[in-house]
Amino acid sequence: MPGPVENYFEQIGRFFLMVGRIFAWTPRPPYDWRELLRQMVKVGVSSMPVVLLTTMFTGMVMALQTFTTLRRFNAESFVGSLVALSMVRELTSVLSGLIVAGRAGSAMGAEIGTMRVTEQIDALEVMATDPVHYLVVPRVWASTVMLPLLVVMGNGVGIFGGYLVAVVLMGANPISYIDRTFQFMDLNDLFSGLIKAAVFGFLMAAIGCQQGFYAKGGAEGVGRATTAAVVVASIAILISDFFLTKILF
Amino acid sequence: MADPKIRIVDLHKSFGPKVVLDGLNAEVAPGESLVVIGGSGTGKSVLLKHVIGLLKPDSGSVLVDGTAVETLDNRQITEFRRKFGMSFQEGALFDSMTVWQNVAFPLQRLTKMSRQEIKDRVEECLSMVRLEGTGDKLPSQLSGGMRRRVGFARSVAHKPEILLFDEPTTGLDPVTTALIDEVILDLSDRMKCTAVTITHDMESAFRIGDRIAMLHRGKIIASAPPEEFRRLEDPRVQQFIHGHAEGPLSEDT
Repeated sequence: MPGPVENYFEQIGRFFLMVGRIFAWTPRPPYDWRELLRQMVKVGVSSMPVVLLTTMFTGMVMALQTFTTLRRFNAESFVGSLVALSMVRELTSVLSGLIVAGRAGSAMGAEIGTMRVTEQIDALEVMATDPVHYLVVPRVWASTVMLPLLVVMGNGVGIFGGYLVAVVLMGANPISYIDRTFQFMDLNDLFSGLIKAAVFGFLMAAIGCQQGFYAKGGAEGVGRATTAAVVVASIAILISDFFLTKILF
Repeated sequence: MADPKIRIVDLHKSFGPKVVLDGLNAEVAPGESLVVIGGSGTGKSVLLKHVIGLLKPDSGSVLVDGTAVETLDNRQITEFRRKFGMSFQEGALFDSMTVWQNVAFPLQRLTKMSRQEIKDRVEECLSMVRLEGTGDKLPSQLSGGMRRRVGFARSVAHKPEILLFDEPTTGLDPVTTALIDEVILDLSDRMKCTAVTITHDMESAFRIGDRIAMLHRGKIIASAPPEEFRRLEDPRVQQFIHGHAEGPLSEDT
């Protein structure tokens, strides 16, 4: 039996093989637009409520926490900038990535894992259909497109949540709050957040699919693949976030 | 004898420390129906997966029409697989698609049939396995036996030259088993298909096989036409045919 170290490197190797196959197969016809659209709905629309809920409350909590702290230094007018910048640059994309990994990434792991253990993937291959092309490519690109869109909405909702708490609950001046919100933000902040989101979307879908793709051992194997899809994707998102932040700013 | 359609030469395959195929040799003539029998876990499915190139041998070779399967690259193997129809143990139906879409799938992928031709062929295949009118159902709404029959219909839809059946009748009632056997016979007789069938069911093995081969410990230990096979004196063969619990096969598991 291979030890944990071999296993670890095997996983990494498989991941890069999977990424290679995704890029190799993407430009090749037939293009399955309907499947792409179906996956976009699955990833984007179904995760929307929970993403919006999370970012809304994160914005609210940030405002609540920072307002009381900054008031001690008479700097509460900066709450708007603080909430907006942290949400747009960092929090929305990471939180959305983690949530979508838990929802959609795990579903991909389970779905493709089940197809693997019930020989459906073999059946695809036998019928001259590459399973990466047919199953993985639409899922990965759907996630890469949809996660940034979720993040755009999450940003808006998060900033609005901060506004609600600061202005309605804590009695900040609404005009200056909105002013401060956009004072220090430029398009770069927004774009860097969106680039991160796209990368997270790609990673979490590729990892989810890869875990399912190599599932073995019946129902238990599918369970393991599903868990690994979420755990590995979450770790990948957190680690890549550090490096992306380093590169993008 | 004409050149064999499928020729397997000294095939070895291990998964980790477990040796599954250990120098297996076999030949299947064009139009012949070969039945492979053997206990569970003796590598029968692994053998089929080598023939169609889903698994690569550790050593040895599988030749189909003279082409070594393991040397084909990705693009060639796609072309190569058009010759085959394969049905899997549990049917392996795509559970996100309806029955109709499942049977139509190989036609859309492997042939240039028009929409109407595909429609006619799917109806024809479904009626062949007596499942008319189930086209709109999802696989999860079918019984195990029905799923198996749909998988069977799907594997023969594009009229392949070579049919590979992985336990097509295991767990089916006797009437359905006889029905599937008849379809296999019909395909191999009328369409001149070459067929390799894996089964545990001795009755159907004798019915559909032009030749029966027994797999044991990664090798073919006996191979003969049905009547002759029944009379073979090898105690392992006799034990398997008559389903005795005691005997040489039970000793080494």
